[in-house]
Amino acid sequence: MLKMTQLSKIYRTEVVETYALRDFSIDVKEGEFVAVTGPSGSGKTTFLTIAGLLEDFSTGEYRLDGVDVRGLNDYRRSRLRNEKIGFIFQAFNLIGDLNVQENIEVPLRYRGLGGADRRRAVSEALDRVGLSARARHYPSELSGGQQQRVAIARALAGRPRVLLADEPTGNLDTQMARGVMELIEELHRDGATIVMVTHDPELSARAQREVHVVDGQVVDFAAPPRLVSGASAHP
Amino acid sequence: MFGYYTTLAIRSLRSQTALTLLMIAAVGVGIGAAMTTLTVYRGMAADPIPGKSSQLFVPQIDSFGPKPAPGPAGPDGLQDRLTYNDATAFLKSHAGYRQAAMYATHLVVMPSDTRVRPFDVGVRATSGDFFGMFDVPFLYGTGWTSRDDDDHAPVVVISRELNDRLFAGANSVGRSMTLNGREYRIMGVTDRWQPLPRFYDLDRVFAMPEDVFLPFSVAIEQKMEFGNINCDKGAAGWDDLLMDQCVWTHFWVELPTAAAVAQYRQFLTNYAAEQKRSGRFGWTARTQLRDVREWLSYHETVSTEATILVAVSFSFLFVCLLNAAGLMLAKLIGRAPDLSVRRALGASRRAIFTQCLLEAALVGIVGGLLGLVLTDLGLNGLRSLVSEEGRHLMHLDASDVLIAVMLAVLATIVAGVYPTWRAARVQPARYLKAL
Repeated sequence: MLKMTQLSKIYRTEVVETYALRDFSIDVKEGEFVAVTGPSGSGKTTFLTIAGLLEDFSTGEYRLDGVDVRGLNDYRRSRLRNEKIGFIFQAFNLIGDLNVQENIEVPLRYRGLGGADRRRAVSEALDRVGLSARARHYPSELSGGQQQRVAIARALAGRPRVLLADEPTGNLDTQMARGVMELIEELHRDGATIVMVTHDPELSARAQREVHVVDGQVVDFAAPPRLVSGASAHP
Repeated sequence: MFGYYTTLAIRSLRSQTALTLLMIAAVGVGIGAAMTTLTVYRGMAADPIPGKSSQLFVPQIDSFGPKPAPGPAGPDGLQDRLTYNDATAFLKSHAGYRQAAMYATHLVVMPSDTRVRPFDVGVRATSGDFFGMFDVPFLYGTGWTSRDDDDHAPVVVISRELNDRLFAGANSVGRSMTLNGREYRIMGVTDRWQPLPRFYDLDRVFAMPEDVFLPFSVAIEQKMEFGNINCDKGAAGWDDLLMDQCVWTHFWVELPTAAAVAQYRQFLTNYAAEQKRSGRFGWTARTQLRDVREWLSYHETVSTEATILVAVSFSFLFVCLLNAAGLMLAKLIGRAPDLSVRRALGASRRAIFTQCLLEAALVGIVGGLLGLVLTDLGLNGLRSLVSEEGRHLMHLDASDVLIAVMLAVLATIVAGVYPTWRAARVQPARYLKAL
């Protein structure tokens, strides 16, 4: 589903080259729930932005759902991102002057879906996260946990092939974080492929497997600390 | 997606009201200043008779030769009017398709309703061809004929405004009116007609056409006074004015084809040679034939100052647009997080560019409308400063409105290209993590 091989990301200045990722390889299978962990500055976020086609890489290979993304122009990358990837951010990243329904509609608009299809997809996504009654609310009228649920609904609405989550509970209190993680686990049980970047050991423990990154390199493919029911881990 | 982008643009403009208002104000003030000067300039530089300006000509002849010109002359030293004898000779020659001699005078209208006091009107003494040559529109009736010219017929054509005043707008053709105590039969009533500049007589270049037109032959017979006269010797009386030492008659000729123009040039050359042979000229008289555009340019109806003023006002517009571009940049940088989210959700750079450019266009439309209001205020202000004659130039018409809005939209889009390009190049990763 998401396969990076010997991938490097180098930031160059006139005097120095900095490797954000170095010979980074990862293979996330369909339906897998992988946690990418590591200390601050290790390259987790760089990995996520490259995986999400928000940033280019310097060398190596990256295939997303079988598509070699190297050399794709901006339009095709955007299209691929829109169709294959759903993002869940730490800070929710809802658009403040759009209500819940309009926020969830955004990726569907860029996909070119008609009004009826959009409304159906939004309704299903809101049902899924339990916020159907909040469709007309604005983000500022929701709690942090509700905002993150809306963000998850937005990520789900377009039926992406993979969900990329960046510290999805980082801005939530314990109770809300628990609710959001339960929702993410539920999505995984329903077959979603999830890659979650986190430095929280408790969260990574809930994934099928953990990929540990230090200094831009994968240093350990940890054995799954706990298997999620019904799913199998990949080596 | 156009509708969606438009909705987003409107929301975005409403969400940052202060910046939006500043951008609109910058565009509006710039457009207002530019359009105020441009409107006046366009009035001055307009083709007063489109479609025919290349067929109407003024003949000139060097009536004074090496002698100092008795009055104002063009840059080449030629007088812009003819002597009475030259004008009548040209009329009789019928060398053009149509031709008209003319001059301006004033008469007193004595209304049949004795309760209305007599009043003064501007009169153009001219030939019957005047109306056909200059495409004068008629509300009622027509102009007079060549025969009326030859017969010195007491006929007139009056303006719609005078007809409204004297006959309450009714069809007055066939009725009589009294001018300076003499009866004239009304042949026609002109509809609204205001060639700007008033090319056929540049003495009052932006004035309205006269209210009364009557035959040139009648005016001469009645010894109607005329305005600007240039004589190289003092003129003792009316008869002297008709002699060759005085120039005062405007003359226009219609030449519809290039061959007719060439033929007329030859006619002028031959005429000048004949005058020399007859002993009138002791010099080889230069002749000239200029069409409407050349005539206006020859007389510099658009002054250099007016051109400079337009350039300055457009420079001001440019500065306003730079300000608007700066404000737009600030606004879009402030929206970088939202745009990054959109990029993450699948918006291409082109989509972001289109969305932001549409926002700029909306600013341009609203700024253009504000600019129109300011232009109208500016023109009103100018109207209070200039003579009545110049006020005709200071009004907005449909084409000005279109130009203002188009100019505002185009200029704002151009000003918005860089900020929009920057917005489309935003690095989502930088903002999404920081949010």
